[in-house]
Amino acid sequence: MSPPLPGPTRDDAEFWAAARRGELRFQRCTGCGRFRHYPRPTCPRCLSRDFAWERSTGRGTVWTWTIVRGPTLPAFESKQPYNVVDVLMEEGVHFVSEVLHCPPEQIRAGMPVEAVFVAASDEITLVKFRRAP
Amino acid sequence: MSAATIRGRAAVVGIGQTAFGKSLGRSEYDMALEAILAACADAGLSPRDIDGTVRYDMETTDEENLLAALGHPDLGWFASSAWGGGGSASVLVLAATAIAAGMASTVLIHRSRARGKHSAYGAGVHQGGRYWERLGEVALTGLNKWHVPHGLVAAFQEMAMIAMRHRIEYGTTDEQYAEVAVAFRSHAVRNPHAVMGTPITIADHHASRMVSDPLRLLDCCLETDGAVALVVTAAERARDLRQPPAYILAGAMAAGGHHIRLSTYYERGSNRTDDGAPRAARRLWAMAGVEPKDIDVACFYDFFTPLVIMALEDYGFCGPGEGGPFVERGGLAWPDGRLVCNTNGGQLSEAFIHGFNNTVEAVRQIRGTSTAQVAGCELALVAGGNTDPTGAVILRR
Repeated sequence: MSPPLPGPTRDDAEFWAAARRGELRFQRCTGCGRFRHYPRPTCPRCLSRDFAWERSTGRGTVWTWTIVRGPTLPAFESKQPYNVVDVLMEEGVHFVSEVLHCPPEQIRAGMPVEAVFVAASDEITLVKFRRAP
Repeated sequence: MSAATIRGRAAVVGIGQTAFGKSLGRSEYDMALEAILAACADAGLSPRDIDGTVRYDMETTDEENLLAALGHPDLGWFASSAWGGGGSASVLVLAATAIAAGMASTVLIHRSRARGKHSAYGAGVHQGGRYWERLGEVALTGLNKWHVPHGLVAAFQEMAMIAMRHRIEYGTTDEQYAEVAVAFRSHAVRNPHAVMGTPITIADHHASRMVSDPLRLLDCCLETDGAVALVVTAAERARDLRQPPAYILAGAMAAGGHHIRLSTYYERGSNRTDDGAPRAARRLWAMAGVEPKDIDVACFYDFFTPLVIMALEDYGFCGPGEGGPFVERGGLAWPDGRLVCNTNGGQLSEAFIHGFNNTVEAVRQIRGTSTAQVAGCELALVAGGNTDPTGAVILRR
């Protein structure tokens, strides 16, 4: 069973199009240079509406995490226990995802990770992570 | 003309509830009306005296349902508070605001939930069930699209990640979580309305299964059915009614991040100073003119044990990172804890009525009718979910 998937909107279509190409891109404010995620129309620091979709290094560290063992949606039951992580990216934004091929007991805060791309449908590619050296 | 304020202008004069249970086989509409009629009777008022309503925006028994069931009272004010449990005290702030502004004189607030694990009784808005089990029936919209595809689907999982961060920063422990669960259960054991009536120990807590690290089953609120309601009226009218008034001394609301939106929740770093609850707390204490040390009993939104620990910090009962030590050695337990909290057993052990059962308990404390009554209770704090856009009130005898 496939997981529930997003429907892109005019605010975030570029993110999903980039992911489909194997690129992680975040909005970056043209005015003050700050990156932001989730996508939104204005910069939370300088309120500029001008931005570009810039490519992320894909690298970050685990900020916080959980291991889901209890009730969850049927689509995820077969892979329990599984991790969910909040990654603090090098660009300074937070990104919720999963570290692939990492046993629950090995997840820890501060762990370096890097983005990988997993096609979930013709339209949607999910950005996952793996442990980085 | 004096400065506009809600300070002391309104009071809770009626409370009502249904029985609570894990699966009562009733609709949310039916339970809502039982609680509402009980609250009106408690106040000695007719439902037709109600001229204002406030509800949670998720509440399925809406104004139209209420009008049709209550004989079409003339509502001059109706409002709702967003953000689920974050709004469990904000609904009182909205009611007091309407009364202070002269938009209504008697405001009904209610919350009804069929939220037991097996409480989805067929199709239809009043039938309840677990909200998150419907995710994925259509393409994900809004901010759900950023975490649900990775298996972060329910509040307990999101809150687990916030709790984990608190452990990473401050070393909060399983023993401290257990202290909260054990204290609140000890209150529930005294409360005949509580769903959970058996005492638990620290060891029982540790033996309960991990559901989403670091949260064990006994760190989580219940999933139950039931409804509660209360009636708020102007302070000058409250004195003439049947029950001792619980005056709304002060109230505050604040937004500052939401647990579902982790990416923006942590956008400011991990400093909680600008989160909703600390922001609400600053305004609340300023309006009330009292301090945390003056509070006799607190009813926090106890969706998960570590969030109570964080709420103690957010509302200034201790400093950042000091919530864990604060709860040790029965720190929240009746009758001798540092700060006696959630004397009904809370959502961890009485029932999960989206926090509103804790508000009703605070009113009982002010009246002197709790089953874990704090002697001479004068001031009670009620706080909404502290990782949501939230609110809080202080009730005064």
